[in-house]
Amino acid sequence: MTDETKKDHVGGWHRKVGAMDRMRGLAKYTDDLELPGMLHAKILRSPHAHANILSIDASEALALDGVEAVITGSDLPLPYGIIPWTRDENALCLDKALFVGDGVACLAAIDEDTANEAIRRMKVEYEPLEAHFDPAKSLASDVHINPYSKKGNLSKKVLLEFGDVDEALDASEVVVEGEYFFEGTTHAAIEPHCALAKIDPDGMLTVWSATQVPHYLHRELARVLEIPARRIRVIQPPLGGAFGGKSEPFDLEFCVAKLAMITGKPVKLLYTREEVFYSHRGRHPMRMKYRTGFAKDGTITGVASETILDGGAYSSFGLVTTYYSGQLLTAPYAFGTYRFHSRRAYTNKPACGPKRGHGSVQPRFAMEIQLDKAAERLGVDPIELRRVNAIKPGEKTINEMSIGSTGFLTCLDEVERASRWKERRGKLPKGHGLGVAGSTYISGTNYPIYPNEMPQSAIQVTLDRSGRARIFSGASDIGQGSDTMVAVIVGEELGLPQEDIRVLSADTDLCPVDLGAYSSRITLMVGNATLQAAQELRRMVTKSVAKRWDVPRNRVVLADRMAIDREDPEQSVDIATAFEWAETDHGLLAAVGNYKTPTDRHGDYRGGTIGASPAYSMTAHVAEVKVDEETGEVRVLKIWCAHDCGKAISRGLVEGQMEGSTYMGAAEAVLEVHDVDPAHQGVHIGPSLLDYRIPTSLDTPEIEALIVEAPDDRGPYGAKEAGEGPLHSSIPAIANAIYDAVGVRLDELPFTPERVLAAIEAQRRRNAEELDKPQLAVGK
Amino acid sequence: MNEPTPSILLSLRVNGRDEQVAAPPHHTLLEVLRYRLRLTGSKQGCDKGDCGACTVQIDGEPVLSCLTLAIQAQGRDVRTVEGLAGRTAHPLQDAMDRYDAAQCGFCTPGVLMSAERLLRDADRAVTHAEAAHAIAGNLCRCTGYTKILDAIVDASERMHGEAAE
Repeated sequence: MTDETKKDHVGGWHRKVGAMDRMRGLAKYTDDLELPGMLHAKILRSPHAHANILSIDASEALALDGVEAVITGSDLPLPYGIIPWTRDENALCLDKALFVGDGVACLAAIDEDTANEAIRRMKVEYEPLEAHFDPAKSLASDVHINPYSKKGNLSKKVLLEFGDVDEALDASEVVVEGEYFFEGTTHAAIEPHCALAKIDPDGMLTVWSATQVPHYLHRELARVLEIPARRIRVIQPPLGGAFGGKSEPFDLEFCVAKLAMITGKPVKLLYTREEVFYSHRGRHPMRMKYRTGFAKDGTITGVASETILDGGAYSSFGLVTTYYSGQLLTAPYAFGTYRFHSRRAYTNKPACGPKRGHGSVQPRFAMEIQLDKAAERLGVDPIELRRVNAIKPGEKTINEMSIGSTGFLTCLDEVERASRWKERRGKLPKGHGLGVAGSTYISGTNYPIYPNEMPQSAIQVTLDRSGRARIFSGASDIGQGSDTMVAVIVGEELGLPQEDIRVLSADTDLCPVDLGAYSSRITLMVGNATLQAAQELRRMVTKSVAKRWDVPRNRVVLADRMAIDREDPEQSVDIATAFEWAETDHGLLAAVGNYKTPTDRHGDYRGGTIGASPAYSMTAHVAEVKVDEETGEVRVLKIWCAHDCGKAISRGLVEGQMEGSTYMGAAEAVLEVHDVDPAHQGVHIGPSLLDYRIPTSLDTPEIEALIVEAPDDRGPYGAKEAGEGPLHSSIPAIANAIYDAVGVRLDELPFTPERVLAAIEAQRRRNAEELDKPQLAVGK
Repeated sequence: MNEPTPSILLSLRVNGRDEQVAAPPHHTLLEVLRYRLRLTGSKQGCDKGDCGACTVQIDGEPVLSCLTLAIQAQGRDVRTVEGLAGRTAHPLQDAMDRYDAAQCGFCTPGVLMSAERLLRDADRAVTHAEAAHAIAGNLCRCTGYTKILDAIVDASERMHGEAAE
């Protein structure tokens, strides 16, 4: 909780920028905006999983009083996509619909009731086609799903090998083989997607959107609408959660813009919760086969994997996801050799994409259970096995990524201590268990999504005569607190309390470019840019103060709204006067900061830039579970999460990311399933927050966040990411705890009562068969 | 539905103010609050009573305003998140702010209206379990509830003069 004495400093607790307005109901999220004469838009969506669109008749809809315009695919014919090499979707279907929920037409009317009625009056003639819901079958089929695909239903294939894995596995003391299935899950941010567009009489287009990537949206709007980027302004209002679910352009943004251009009136579209499930871009279901070899001392000799990713109808970030399914597994443990072969398939489902821990949560699940199985066979403690394999600071991974700092061993120590692992493991009552897992994650990617050598992040900071700072930040605060992070850094460098700092962010007209809130990049990248600008301003101010006091500049300290002489603290001046002196000397006090990623830290092979990051966070989890052997119900009682974030710039925010990530992982472990039903023509199994079960306050385990700090040279004050890493190992820690509790392995997610009970019953049958054989009876 | 439904005149008392507003009879209290009275603090997260972001109080009790017709609130006392703070923040808002308990803040108005009901009549500081029960109908996707529950308990302790430190 806020320590008032440390509140303005790096490493303290801070009230979040803008939080009180949100708590008073004053903050305007996108759907809270209303413009005079605003129209409401609705999208007509396909009831078929795969169908040619033969005709669309909008005449009855247009005849309805209050309906102003209808658009279809041909009004927005240019394809888009977040990855420039895989632009394979249109705002509205051109010739065929690819999944139940695919957008077919969009209309604008004077109010929502009229728009809904008009949607009911739309007539579309479909010709249903064979649909594929199983990625393996889709890959083998001649019925091609995505019309832009050049390789049939193969969306992406990656095969990379480092060293001779087969030879290493052959020579291993123990080889663990396993097949795992990670179920699809979705983000389920509480705010549905929403966009509002207005067009000025001179053609200037403004789009407000609940997006986490205003810059990419800006670029793709310009491309698809065929108007220059300078004629488009994108504003991201306060955002109601995202988790990767708002990190690329969506149909609604193009539709409201086009409808505003056609009607000349402001147009807003708010997704229903059902539509949020169709827009999806959630975690890819992955079926993964792993072989992992170990030497007698427990070191990992080789890892070989084969993975099929179920991509859904569009690419989204899928090219990157397919790489990430292998590239991000190579820490926190050193591998002797490594091979991964991943294939992403198109299927007739809502498109999968990046969910918190993009692409690497699924293989982490497999890897950490493999380690648990190996520990048992090798007869070592699972934490000890992880210690033996921990990669060291400054080392390179098997796939040539440069690990900077790593506090992984401290993370293991912390969860071991806090959970009282040594005292309690193996001594808990029947049905109770403890499990451990570890993981790593990137702090942004060294190479941007579209190739360019400009800075990934930039910031502008100005100081004014009243003693305040204004920050213009391109970063998207999606609730994680990036506005607060930049304010804390400026406050630290200039001796200002938080309340004297204004942050304006994520407005493409007013703020410099930042690439967006994804891949856990903002603290490191925008933080570094902010530090650069703030330090330049500090030099300007301290120089002017030093001149007037006739002392060397390094004697002047800015703190607590004062400039103070370090060697003669009696000599001081209030910060507003110091700013006035500096403005007299330098003119307007303004500085920019930039962050360019390192270009010398990646693998020297095709794909070797994907997964390369300036710095890597480290995490360890211990989970404690209680399994009801009669019902199969798993209760996660408590999870300890130790996370090495390099340096916690704001402790409450870092803990919040650790707790929220750990919660989200636990939810995927025991509850969440995002899928369609092949037996019912591919309709979604339950596109609502009742059917798609996310945990309530009563379902969520107790979570203890243990911050570990191994500062990295490349982070601001040493900081690395905290927003995504602490999700990964939450899930396999629970799987391993279930094994400890009841002795069954659950290699498929989620751990529903049915699945757990089936595993327990299968084990009972096996035990009974064993008991039937005299002399071979062995208790677990 | 071929003819637009005629609006009716509703008399509502919201946050202590009498309001006259015209709206179709099938419109929910949430729609009328957000789109007619411009009280956008109550949020729409799911449209069907699953998420709790629209929670307001009617006659002091938390209700889901997306499942309540506006006409049902006539003659009753409606309180929204905008009516929670006085000249200073409500102790719950202050505690949530100190604990960084609002990340995206979208569920927060609903959480506050549920938690306020719990604290209002409590004759002692509430426990974590009681707080968890009180907000069980409010889905939060950011926090894992940890800091929200800490803040509710802290606010309650301060209201009863038991705050540590």
